[in-house]
Amino acid sequence: MTVLLIAVGGGLGAALRFWTDGAIRSRWQPALPVATMMINTAGSLVIGVLAGLLPAGVLGPGPVAVLSVGLCGGFTTFSTAMVESARLWRAGDRRRCVLNLVLTMVATLVAAAVGMAVTTLIAA
Amino acid sequence: MSFRLGLLVALGGAIGTLARFGLAESLPTPDGVPWATLTANLLGSFLLGVLLEALARAGEENRVRRAVRLGLGTGLLGGFTTFSSLALETERLLVDGEVGIASMYMLVSLVLGLLAALAGIAVASRPAGKGDGRPRGRGDGRPGGPHGLGGQYGPHDGGSPGESSRGEDR
Repeated sequence: MTVLLIAVGGGLGAALRFWTDGAIRSRWQPALPVATMMINTAGSLVIGVLAGLLPAGVLGPGPVAVLSVGLCGGFTTFSTAMVESARLWRAGDRRRCVLNLVLTMVATLVAAAVGMAVTTLIAA
Repeated sequence: MSFRLGLLVALGGAIGTLARFGLAESLPTPDGVPWATLTANLLGSFLLGVLLEALARAGEENRVRRAVRLGLGTGLLGGFTTFSSLALETERLLVDGEVGIASMYMLVSLVLGLLAALAGIAVASRPAGKGDGRPRGRGDGRPGGPHGLGGQYGPHDGGSPGESSRGEDR
């Protein structure tokens, strides 16, 4: 049952990413692929929150797996971030390629840490 | 229309997520390194590079190509790979004091992920003749065969019929 719900969560997450990506891109197209960066950061924040809720006993391991492995995993994407970076690299824009990778790394790490820390503070 | 495309992405995403979950269940992490996430992310980056480059080279985006891009690319490979797990796993390793493993995990993911995407794009950019740099078609006046690989080096391009004596057709 959990496996099925993880798949459903992953499908929902991917569709949510598709619509979010479209919404961001239709309004804002800067030189860096920020839509993917924002999506990955948001998903990392949520997975951090979920990781904080589990030890606090607010959510059981089943729901946390469905929401983190399924929803957050399907919502965030590594492959798109890499292909977008590769395109910058191939276009000769190596500075922006590295900047995109570093910014994404820092933003997702901070988001996961903040999500986890704040939830632990509140829920514990 | 956008709703239908969203359903296509969702279907791909569900399958990709299942595959990622299955990989995580089958790959144990005795040394604390999240091998499953790393494997899925690198494989997915390579395949997305191949897919998107091949689609771009196939020509203008039409309904079929868009469906393939969204279903297999945005959905399946997007759902197969994950950034949130990478971030959380790295953060957990850092908190556990495994600074070395955490740094290596994140750096290896990003550097090899970029290289995998570049490799995928390069593979899809090569001409059909197994990438030996030869241009397509032999200039023998015949119209190009519809079946890429087989048509170019098959037994019907001047060699003895029925048997290829040059041993270069595989």
